[in-house]
Amino acid sequence: MSALRQLLRDPVAALGLAIVLFAVLVAIFAPFLAPYPDDAFESHIMQRLRPPSAEFLFGTDNLGRDMFSRVILGTRSALFVAVSVVFAAIVIGVPVGLAAGWRDGWLSETLMRVTDIFLAVPQLILALALGQLLAPGIGAAMVALTLTYWPFFARTVFAETRRLRTSLFVDALAGIGAHPVRILLLHVLPNAAPAVLVRATIGMGFTILTAAILGFLGVGAAPPEPDWGLAVAEARQHLPEAWWFATFPGLAIMLLVLGFNLLGDGLRDAADPRLRRSRR
Amino acid sequence: MLLYILRRIALALPALFGLVVLTFILSRVVPGDPAATLAGDAATPAQIADIRARYGLDRPLLEQALVHVRQVVSGDLGNSLFSGRPVSLEIMQRLPATLELTFVALVFATILGVALGLVAALDHNGPIDHLVRIVSVGGLAIASFWLAIMLQLQFSMEWNILPLRGRIDVIYGMPHRVTGFLLIDTLLAGRPDMFLDALRHMVLPAITLALPGLATIARFTRSGVLEALQKDYVLYARAAGYGRFRLAAIYVLRNAITVTVTQIGLLFGALISGAVAIEAVFDWPGLGTYAVQAILSADYKALLAVTLVVGVVYAVVNVLVDVAQALIDPRVAQRAR
Repeated sequence: MSALRQLLRDPVAALGLAIVLFAVLVAIFAPFLAPYPDDAFESHIMQRLRPPSAEFLFGTDNLGRDMFSRVILGTRSALFVAVSVVFAAIVIGVPVGLAAGWRDGWLSETLMRVTDIFLAVPQLILALALGQLLAPGIGAAMVALTLTYWPFFARTVFAETRRLRTSLFVDALAGIGAHPVRILLLHVLPNAAPAVLVRATIGMGFTILTAAILGFLGVGAAPPEPDWGLAVAEARQHLPEAWWFATFPGLAIMLLVLGFNLLGDGLRDAADPRLRRSRR
Repeated sequence: MLLYILRRIALALPALFGLVVLTFILSRVVPGDPAATLAGDAATPAQIADIRARYGLDRPLLEQALVHVRQVVSGDLGNSLFSGRPVSLEIMQRLPATLELTFVALVFATILGVALGLVAALDHNGPIDHLVRIVSVGGLAIASFWLAIMLQLQFSMEWNILPLRGRIDVIYGMPHRVTGFLLIDTLLAGRPDMFLDALRHMVLPAITLALPGLATIARFTRSGVLEALQKDYVLYARAAGYGRFRLAAIYVLRNAITVTVTQIGLLFGALISGAVAIEAVFDWPGLGTYAVQAILSADYKALLAVTLVVGVVYAVVNVLVDVAQALIDPRVAQRAR
């Protein structure tokens, strides 16, 4: 609890948390908040490309759909993709990091070399290749993003496990005969949790951005899905007239990523006293 | 030092080899039969069998993998499924455009980022510091393709002061190719007018690409300088009467910059990724547009080759960065021993 209080004392982190909570609420209640929830799939050709007005706050898109509603509905898929990807990446990366960090040997070497291979290419490039090979679509994009993000968790947990395995409490546990799996899961993992949490928060922002790029390039969400990246891609043909069409989805991406980045920043400071000193 | 450089190169090789194997595996999980894909929709079973034999697709997988590795090492990345031309050739034609853009963006991001970070640290908790902090967090939150479009909207469409797309105006054509870097080739050709035009085309894509890097560099420089400022030698230099600026420029920055240099290496990956989307927006004829075109035409050969080439470039840059770091701070090489 004290960690949370300390986090909230940092105005920047508190702002990040507020943005993230706001986005989560918007995502949960999206169908009730959106003025035209049916505009996820319905089109109204007669009112296409209308500028922002009291009726359509963010204007309408090329098929006459309310952008305000679609930006709200898009919060859902953005958060859903990010949460799924980060969760799956943790499920893969954390055990790899624990196993590789515990003892030196062929298992550790193999696991970390495989991790290095995935880190040898920038994530987006690898995700593009994977997403395309798996047949483009939001599912493939999520698998691709997971396969490119788990190494970061493996690296983080590997470093933490390495650091902790020589500590006194681990020696003591081994001395009284605790099984390595027990030591790793019940004693090492909780100590590595802050680092994983920081990684996960920053990973959320990163995943939202990368997923948006994939959507923009046509390897992510497919029409008529209310996806932010896809909307910006669709808007390009209607510039410069329909500036609102491209502007608002991009602002939504920025706000949500900003929220996660600020929160991750604050968490990192709270988790690492050494960094806290340099910020002051 | 030479030993350190060789060690560092040796460390990069296994990952690259693994990447070659990974791309091979990926090319085999392509939905469907690669021979059938190559043969096209109208092929007869006999034609497919013929292609299978010709490309060695009927050999055992391990043998195919070995052949693949040998081909890649000798620079043969196969032929594009879209144009039929060698992928390595097409990539070499486009690589300079991406490298030039990335390099200009990186230089821009480094100069401005280090300056902002330094100024912010010297103005610790002051108004400039807060401003830099906002820029450094906000810069990482903006989707590059969106920023690119917004800049186009304002500077190219609305005000019409900067070009909308491409590397150089079509009326100029391309200068004689020496390095493939337009900013160099136009000068070598003795055409300052073309140089200026190429530079004008560079402005928007480079700014868009540089922003996330600028943010990261400013941030790490700031914290590095803040930490260095607390060291005893700074106290001593201060006592010896060094002025604030001289102190910062000579003593603090050099000690703080090693962290930043590491970040520049890591950033390169982000820059190449960013370049893909930004090139697509600005019609920049580089690897990014090539990758996007490969996606649209389901050309997995080209896409995997791009992945490989980017992996190699990435590895080279990271080795260079480690060497640069060891040159700035000799303790790095000693520690690695």
